[in-house]
Formats: sequence, structure tokens, C-alpha cells
Amino acid sequence: MQNFDYIRVKSKDELSELLDKQNKEIKLLSGGTDLIPQLREGKKDIEIIVDVKNINEMNELSFDNTLGLYIGAAVSCLNICQDVKVKTMYPGLIDAISLIGGVQIQGRASVGGNLCNSSPAADSIPALIVHKSICIIESKDGIREVPVEQFCTGPGKNVLNKNEFLAGIRVPKVDPEFGAAYLRFIPRNEMDIAVVGVGASVEIKEGHITTARLALGAVDATPRYFDDVFEPLLGMAINDENLDRILDDIGQSISTRINPITDMRGSAEQRKHLSKVLTKRTLLKAIERASNQQEVN
Amino acid sequence: MNMKKFIQTSINNERVEFICEPRDSLLSILRENLRLTGTKEGCNNGNCGACNVIIDGVLVNSCLVLAVEVEGKKIETIEGLAGKDDLHPIQNAFLEEAALQCGICTPGFIIATKNLLDINPNPTEQEIRKSLAGNLCRCTGYDKIVRAVIDVAKISNNKGDE
Amino acid sequence: MQESNLVREKKKFQVIGTRPKRPDGTDKVTGRALYGGDINLPSMIYGEILRSPHAHAKIISIDYQEALAIEGVKAVITAEDFPSLEDVTKKVGEGAVNIRYRSNNILAKEKVLYQGHPIAAVAAKDKNIARLAIEKIIVKYEILSPVLDVREAMKEDAPILLEELRTVSMGEKIDKPTNIAKHIQLKRGNIEDSFAESDIIIEREFYTSMVHQGYIEPQSVTALYNNDGDISVWTSTQGAFIAQQQISDVLNIPLSKINVIPMEIGGGFGGKVSVYLDPVAILLSKKSGSLPVKITMSRKDVLMATGPTSGSYIKVKLGAKNNGIFTAVHAYLAYEAGAYPGSPVGGGAVSLFAPYKLDHLLIDAYDVVVNKPKSEPYRAPGTTNAIFASESIIDEIAVKLKIDPIELRLINAVKEGDRRIDGPTYGRIGLIEILEEIKAHPHYHSKLRGKYQGRGIATGFWFNYAGKSSVYASINGDGTVNLIEGSTDIGGSRASMAMQLAETMELPYESIIPKVVDTNSIGYTEGTYGSRTTYSTGWATHNLGNELIRLMKEKAAAHFETEIGNIVYSKGNFTSSDKEISFIDLAKLMKGNPVTASSSIHPKRASPGFGTHIVDVEVDPETYKVTILRYTAFQDVGTAIHPSYVEGQIQGGVVQGIGWALNEEYIYDDTGNLVNHTLLDYRMPTSYDLPMIDTVLIEVPDPDHPFGVKGVGEVPIVPPAAAIANAINDAIGHRLNRLPMSPKNIFESINQVK
Ligand SMILES: Cc1cc2nc3c(=O)[nH]c(=O)nc-3n(C[C@H](O)[C@H](O)[C@H](O)COP(=O)(O)OP(=O)(O)OC[C@H]3O[C@@H](n4cnc5c(N)ncnc54)[C@H](O)[C@@H]3O)c2cc1C
Ligand code: FES
Ligand code: FES
Repeated sequence: MQNFDYIRVKSKDELSELLDKQNKEIKLLSGGTDLIPQLREGKKDIEIIVDVKNINEMNELSFDNTLGLYIGAAVSCLNICQDVKVKTMYPGLIDAISLIGGVQIQGRASVGGNLCNSSPAADSIPALIVHKSICIIESKDGIREVPVEQFCTGPGKNVLNKNEFLAGIRVPKVDPEFGAAYLRFIPRNEMDIAVVGVGASVEIKEGHITTARLALGAVDATPRYFDDVFEPLLGMAINDENLDRILDDIGQSISTRINPITDMRGSAEQRKHLSKVLTKRTLLKAIERASNQQEVN
Repeated sequence: MNMKKFIQTSINNERVEFICEPRDSLLSILRENLRLTGTKEGCNNGNCGACNVIIDGVLVNSCLVLAVEVEGKKIETIEGLAGKDDLHPIQNAFLEEAALQCGICTPGFIIATKNLLDINPNPTEQEIRKSLAGNLCRCTGYDKIVRAVIDVAKISNNKGDE
Repeated sequence: MQESNLVREKKKFQVIGTRPKRPDGTDKVTGRALYGGDINLPSMIYGEILRSPHAHAKIISIDYQEALAIEGVKAVITAEDFPSLEDVTKKVGEGAVNIRYRSNNILAKEKVLYQGHPIAAVAAKDKNIARLAIEKIIVKYEILSPVLDVREAMKEDAPILLEELRTVSMGEKIDKPTNIAKHIQLKRGNIEDSFAESDIIIEREFYTSMVHQGYIEPQSVTALYNNDGDISVWTSTQGAFIAQQQISDVLNIPLSKINVIPMEIGGGFGGKVSVYLDPVAILLSKKSGSLPVKITMSRKDVLMATGPTSGSYIKVKLGAKNNGIFTAVHAYLAYEAGAYPGSPVGGGAVSLFAPYKLDHLLIDAYDVVVNKPKSEPYRAPGTTNAIFASESIIDEIAVKLKIDPIELRLINAVKEGDRRIDGPTYGRIGLIEILEEIKAHPHYHSKLRGKYQGRGIATGFWFNYAGKSSVYASINGDGTVNLIEGSTDIGGSRASMAMQLAETMELPYESIIPKVVDTNSIGYTEGTYGSRTTYSTGWATHNLGNELIRLMKEKAAAHFETEIGNIVYSKGNFTSSDKEISFIDLAKLMKGNPVTASSSIHPKRASPGFGTHIVDVEVDPETYKVTILRYTAFQDVGTAIHPSYVEGQIQGGVVQGIGWALNEEYIYDDTGNLVNHTLLDYRMPTSYDLPMIDTVLIEVPDPDHPFGVKGVGEVPIVPPAAAIANAINDAIGHRLNRLPMSPKNIFESINQVK
């Protein structure tokens, strides 16, 4: 591994200041579960590693009745998954976040890191997208907000400018009508990167589907958001006998609109096939969650 | 360019100081500088669990931690597990059940098991299997490891009942 | 402790068959045990290896002046520093290797033959400097086209890996350049007539990928070339003497100059017999002015450049009568040897139908070089590939003839006195006992519950090997016994040796203190491979125990002032008419007077191993992911010395077999780069992928061995692939002919059919 300097910052201001002034190659370190292996594989241009996980504001995990959930960029997956509020209100997020690595990875990995690493296969991203989540990006120049589906721009690439960092993610408050889920396919049961991952959310009012969202990972250069394939679902009763067929059709149409690659984790054809299968399964799970949610209330 | 850092930390309840470069992993400092070779290296990229240690109550792969990050932390390694007179019950259970063959994965499994039982003293077989999925063992097929963990959980729960 | 699942006629032992804690256990659960990479010597420096980024290329030049000039760099070596060697074939472990090829595999000369092929090595005062120096070495290559598939490599116009290689076909050398190193043929009877008389004939092709042993401890070697020319090597190896021999061969240094000190070993499974780093570390130490040099492989190095086992292409045609009796087999096997000759295809050819009676056969087997790492043994080398083919076809025949799969195997199974397909006559083997036991077992009669669930069975075979072992012992003044051995303990063999000695000497297990020592301290002992250690080293230990008792009888006779013939030893006591003295008391009396003995042994043969497995699976009909629901392995274990470790061998082997069956494979890109070189993407099973692995130990003792031991370690990896393939067919009605049966491969197989 090439040598680099290590700086620990204690506040967002300190971080903004540092990013603004430095003309050296900087990388932020959160849990390091992506960054450290990458450095070891020979990313040579990095001169300074700035550790952001000791910034209190970036470890904030809070819920507000109007704004919804705020996940500081450095909060570990473990802390999110242990949070009772997140567990009960956002099971679709937990689906995804709890899948990131095994126990040893969970304690270090952050959702902020998962987003900023911007892998097309990152598990949290499709789930965040279908929750309509927003990236809060900060710099010396101020704060800007970017919907998660617009954050990644290519494998390992995102909208962050050199002087910017991800401060946190805001996940809007969900209504009782809302249900979301994330499913991924991996050959083993743990310790694999998604061959395909699908996030879905729906809202159900009086037994009828009123909105639906779908996002897929590992099927293109960035996670893909589909907001238009749901016309056939809208207004449909959740016990409609045609639901099954329509979900198949949606899966089919999705599988023709993605551009998966063939690599060691799966072939393009297999990924298309799995996209179809998982689209249906994930939507069904989201529908089930939304309807159970209403029974509870 | 000298980038060496001076780090103070606690390992197995002993105050420890060392000097490292920012690029040094905690694993390499433990094994090479501090000669705590009980923590093993199987992959050096977070895939095998042989290097497991507990930092401030959180189970981590020490190969994915920079040594500079542990300033002021509390680290538990395999060397700190046994008591003065006795092995830790998890260590005994691994011996009783023959849960090791070559033994290279054993320190990692024992540390991961300690972390599991600290959080969930009464896990089901599936919970054990899931929470040990980040630890690879190539010798045992996991059967006897899982049995050993079930045994310790039972033993400590019985003790709790008395 | 697990319920005993032992099928044994009557208990006749005191110590054997119990489950004591292993002597090295405390060190291994406390992290105190020292493995290959755990040694730290004073003034130690670190070695790093420059590896080829190309799968096939000529080395035009190597320039390491800049590397050598870096402060802290102590030495750089290339193949030029190795002696030139003749083409001599030597036995290494259970195989044979050409030592020039071995040398070239350790450091490439003239050509690189696979990605990761070592080219040069650096020693420096720390790892970072060594790595930096490696980057400064300039190598010029002429890149050649790689050959990555065994059948491509066999084509007339394939690029040639080794210019001088000539096919040896049934003993004859064919004089033209080729990638086919060897052609073996097994022939008996008359297959044409027998096929003509068959009621059913099935012919299928099978494909398997290279897979790795996957030991968790990467290779690590520390070597000191002392100023007087004496060499010490600290390493984790399956056989210290085998390592010593290879070092001596490659470096052309007398054996007596080399002491190999075995460290604890973190798994091997066949992959830690051949040496990679040892000669390099020794020469670096020499060139550094006798500083100890440590070299440890990264996981990528391990996967990319240490021997996996062969991928293969196998075609089998099997005939049978309506009553199930097999009539004839015609088979073709081609195995990837990797960069240099020496795949286990010969074993594959024999094991293919070793469990069955067959008088008419024609089997052709080819050993073929390809631009992948030199293959090395992996648990029952060559056999899993072959049995995947044969047991899949047998299952198909059972289904087509509507004969119960166990019955079909019983009809054809070999028993004592039958001939193995290549000629030798079987001794006391337990295949029939295994199959009968299954018929009575609840797993075989349990009901499957789901629509996409299925059950499969398969039988495995492994030759088992005996080999040479030496042991030494001394009796301590407190009645304990030091047992010194040369067999690497990979999975608890110290315990099984101590138990066999305790049984022989009628002493408690705790009074035996076993120790594995360096090559300077014990007689020649072959490595821990071939399932031989508990068998042969155990046998030597038994003889040693008898000798110690004889010596102690002499002492007792002297003590009682009588003839040795009057002394009776039983249950730890020496008696002569009315006088009695315990072993311990006699040892105490002897304190200060040495009682020592040694024993060496070379049994001519060992009983082969048989095992039959039943597996229940569930297949996701949409994603094609296969879940193992239940698994039971039945095996003839001879005598289970320490049943827990016998079960452990079976469970571990089964899970390696499951990994091979379902997800493990080497994935190369077109240029010959191994793309899945991490344990995230080389997918070995985790605990969360598996159920408990049930075992049934059937004891059919080996009549030659003093305790009836049979090798148990290897056969368990053999049946899983075939058993799972058969179970998948039972679940979804689709036969797979390619390993691994990963979701991707099942998807592709099914969609071709559709
Ligand atoms: C064994 C193993 C298993 C894994 N399994 C999965 C899995 O199942 N699913 C999955 O999605 N991923 C998986 N990963 C990848 C990884 O764990 C996740 O992507 C994780 O969420 C990354 O978080 P981190 O905090 O460790 O990121 P880091 O490694 O700290 O950072 C990742 C990247 O983001 C940048 N960064 C971090 N924080 C910020 C910030 N606030 N602002 C700007 N840039 C920032 C860093 O500079 C770096 O480039 C696995 C990794 C390993 C080693
Ligand atoms: S060495 Fe750290 S996880 Fe393998
Ligand atoms: S006991 Fe060898 S890897 Fe687990």
C-alpha cells in the first residue's frame, strides 16, 4: 500500500475547511470497508485520508415527525439495524442495510460509504431510492440536496465535487399506506455482492395501489430508478386476480430496459432473468408490508 | 516524508502504545509489532474473519482497520480471553466438541462467538450460522463449531438460571 | 457431545473410540500456537515476489538494478540464481514431478506460463520497501496467446506451452510438440460385444472447473541460510521431509544441510505438499548475508499461483442389463495439469468405476498442460471429477430401469476378493456394509416435503495410501511417555497417535505427550496426505508401544530378579507370580535410567476408502439457487480412533464437496487473468449455507492394521457433487453435467434445453 497521511476531523466545519484548502488528493474514510481494500489494491494517487467517523454530526441518527429519518453519513449499518424506530418504520431499508457484509462488516460499514463508493451493486441505494431519499451534500459553499437516484453517475463515480462531502441522507417520513422491501440475489446466503438487487415501494389506499416505485442494482452502470412502469398497477386492488400476471409483465418489461454486464458474479442473461423474478417478488413483499401496516393501524 | 504516528490504546485491558504509519493495518501492528500473533491473517481484505477482534464492543476485521484509528479505543483479542486459571467457556467448548481441526480459523471464530453471545446469549442454530457467516473455516464443515456455540450458550444460560 | 453414531460390533478398546481433548488444543484456542506466518526471528527481513501479469509470455529481459539500489533492499534473485537442472522425475508426495519444472514453477525461466507465475524476488528490511522494490523491477515480455481450455490445448494447432514436451502414450514417446503430457489407457475384456448385449446404454459428457483447496492459512516460509551453509526453514507444510527433499532437488544442496522445522499448519488438503517459497527464501537469505527471510503469500497469490486441482472434460458411456448389472464402460478423461505436467487424471481413470464390478472397459486418460497454475492434489485428487460423471450416469440408469439407487449399487458393488477395474484384488472393504446400513437408515426413508425438493445419493472411492513413518519415544521418570513424530498434525493426529500408543501400552491417554519435530530430530516420515497418517504413523506407534513394553518388562524382570519370560503386563501393571509393580512405579524406579525406543514402518498397502452420501436439496425454480436441506454421509472408517475427528474429517470433506458442487470455480477472462481471486468471489460455503452434516461411521476394520484403521480423510469430498446433481434432477427433472451447479450454470443449462 502506498503511504498517505491520516487526519482525524472532529466537525463538519473542520472538514469543509480542509476540503476547501487542500490541493492534495484526499479520500474520506468512514468504515473503510471499501476504501481500505481499494488502497491495498493499489490506488496510488491518494495523499491524505480524512477520517470522518469521529464527527458527531455525521453520526446522527434521528427521527423527526415532519422531516422523517436522518442518517448521518458515518453511522454504521450495525447502529442503524439496532435502532428500534428504523426497524419498525423502515423495514424496507433494514432489508438492504442489514445485508451489507457479515457482522464484522456491519459494525464498520456506513450507508454514507455505501453511497459514496457508488458501486452499481451497492445494496442500500435501491432501497433508499424507493424511499424517495435525499443526499445532503455539504461544502464550504453551503448545502445542496440531491435525490439518491441522481447521486451516482457511473461505477465508482458520483456527483460530489472535490470540495464536497456527503453529510447525511434524509429519508422522508412514511405513511401507514406505505410499504417497501429490498431483495437481492446472491449465490450463497451471506458474504456475496448482489448479482441483482431490487428495491420496491408502494402505497395502498383502501385496498388499492396508488403509487409504486422500483429501483434495481447491479443491472447497469449505476443503480436504476423506474418511476413509469406502474401504470398497470395503479388503482389496482391488492387482491385482484390479475395482480400476479401484471407483476410478471412489469418484471418482463424491466428486464428489457436494463443493460447488465457479464462478469464473475453473473451473466447478462441471468441478470435480466433475475431482474424479472426479483421485481415481482419484491413488489409482492412491499405490497404485503403496506397492507399489513394498515391492519396494524 | 515521515508520517509515523504515535498511538495509545488499550489491548486486553493493558495500556499499549505503538508507532505506526497510517497505512499499517491494525492486524499487521498486532501481529508484527506487538507480536500478538493469535489474531490470524487469512485474506487481508475482510472476507475470512480470521483476524477478528472486538473494538469498543464492536466485532471487526482487524485487517480492515487502520492502526491509526484505534487511538483511545479498547481492543479485545484472543490473547485476552482466557482467565487467570481457566480457559474461557467458549474455548473449553471448542475443545470439548473438537470444533477445530487445523485451528487457524479458531481465534476468529472464538472472538466472533464471544461477540455473538454478548449480544444474544441464547441464539438459535440459524442465528449462530448467520452471525458466523463472516468467518470461514475450510476444515470442519462448521458442524462442530455450531455445536460448540450451542453448548456454551446452554451452559451459560443454565448458570444464569441457578 | 454428539450422540455416538458408530456402527461397531463390540467395544474392545479402552482408549480408542473415546473422545479426549487434543494435546495441542489449549494452544490453538488461546492463539498461542505458532503457525507458518507467526514466527518472528531476530534481524528478520521480508521477501516479496514479482509475479507475471500475463498468462503466457516469453521473458525477454529482467532489469532489477533500480530495485537493488533502494535503501533497505538486501537482495534480489531471479531464476538465474537457481542451479540448472536436468530433467529428472522424482516422487513428491503421492505424485511425481520433473524437478526442472518444479524449479521453473518456483521462479520462471525464459517463459511465464500462467498469471501469477513468479519471476523475481526481493528481500528488504520491511515489507513496504520490498513491495516498492518489486514495482521497480522492469520485465520485458513477448506476449503469447494463452490456452485456457483442456480440449483447446489438445488441438493440433494450439499454442505450445513447453517446447520440449512430448506425449508419453502408454509408455511410448510420440515425437512431436504437444500440450498432452501423458496418455494412459485402461483396457479389459471386450466392450463392443458387451455394449451390444446391453439393454440400456447411456453416454454423457461432463465438465468441471479448476477449484482450490482453500486452506485459510496462506503459505508462509521463513528461512535462514547460515554462514556455515546450514539451512533452517520454518514453514507450515504437509510434510517436512517432502519439503526438505524438494529444496534439496531444486537448489542442488545436500539433504543434510537442510533442516525443516514444521510450524502448525492452517490447512492443506493436498495443497501444502509442493514447495513454492522455500528455495526463494533460502537464496534471499544467502544473498542478504545470512539474515532470516520471511515470505508470506497474499490471498491473491494463493488463489492465482498455488496449485488448484484440475478442471476436466470427461465423457462416459455405460451399459447395463435390465436387471441392473453393469456390462461395459467406455470413458475418456482429459484433465488440466496447469502449467506443467502432472494432473491426477490417472487416479480419476481408475476411481471412475472403482466401486463396481466391471469386466469390460476401455478408458483413455490425458494429462494436458494449459496456461493456469500447476495443479496440485486436492483431497482424493482426480476422483471427485470422475465420480461426478460416473455416479450421475449410474443414477440415470437407476431412474430409467426403475431400480432403487441403493439396490443398483448393491447389485454391482465390489466386495472382498473382487478386482478393481485396473486389476488389483480388494481386501476387506466395507462398501456392501455401507449400502446395507443406508437401507436401514431413517434418512433414506424420510419423506421430502416440498415440490422442488429432491434426494440424491452417490458413492465415492479413494485409494488410500500407506507410506513410510518413523516415531521415537522415551519414558519419563513419572510414568509419562514422550512420543516424537514427524507427521504434520493438520486435524488432530497428535491425539490419534497418543491414543494408539496409550491403547498399546494400556496407559491413560493423558500420560502420552506427543510432539511433532523437525527433520533433524526424527527418522524419515512421509507427509500427511493420502489419508495415511493415522494408518501408518499409528501403526509405527503401535510397534513402538510394544517395544517400550518389552523394554519395561526387562526392567521389571531385573527388579523382580526373574526372567523376562515370567513377566506379564496387563492394565498398566507388571506381574510375576505374586509380585506386582505398576508402570508408573517402575518408571519412577527407573528415573535417571533412559528407556527409549524408535520404530519405522513402511506398510505395503492400505485399505481403500468407500463412502456413500444421501443429500436432500431444494431448488428455487426461478433463481435456481440450491439449498442443502439434509445431509448424511456413511463411510467405512475401519476403526474410528477418535470418533470426533473422524466425523470432523467427513464433515469437512463433505462441505468442501458441497462448495465444489455448488459455487466454487476458477473464473478466467480471455487473456488468462483469474478474475475471482478473493474469498468474496471464490465462493466457499459459509456456516449459513449449510445444515448439520450427519455422519454414520461404519467400522469394518482393516485386517492388517493392529487397530483396524483405515484412512478416512479423503473419500468424503468425492460423493457430494454427484449426490447433489442427482438430487437436483430429482427435484426439478433436469440433469446437470457441469460443475459448479451454480445458479448461473443451472440457468444456462435449463435455457439451452428449453
Ligand atoms: C467482506 C465484504 C462484504 C461486503 N458486502 C457488501 C454487501 O453485501 N453489500 C454492499 O452493498 N456492500 C458490501 N461491501 C462493501 C462495503 O462494505 C459497503 O459499500 C459499505 O457500506 C461501505 O461503507 P464504509 O463506511 O466502509 O465506506 P468507506 O470504505 O469508508 O468509504 C467508501 C467510499 O466512500 C467515500 N466516503 C465515505 N464517506 C464519505 C462521505 N461522508 N462523503 C464523501 N465520501 C465518502 C470514501 O472516500 C470511499 O471512497 C462489502 C465489503 C466487504 C469487505
Ligand atoms: S484476514 Fe481479515 S478478514 Fe481475512
Ligand atoms: S479448523 Fe482449519 S480452517 Fe477451521
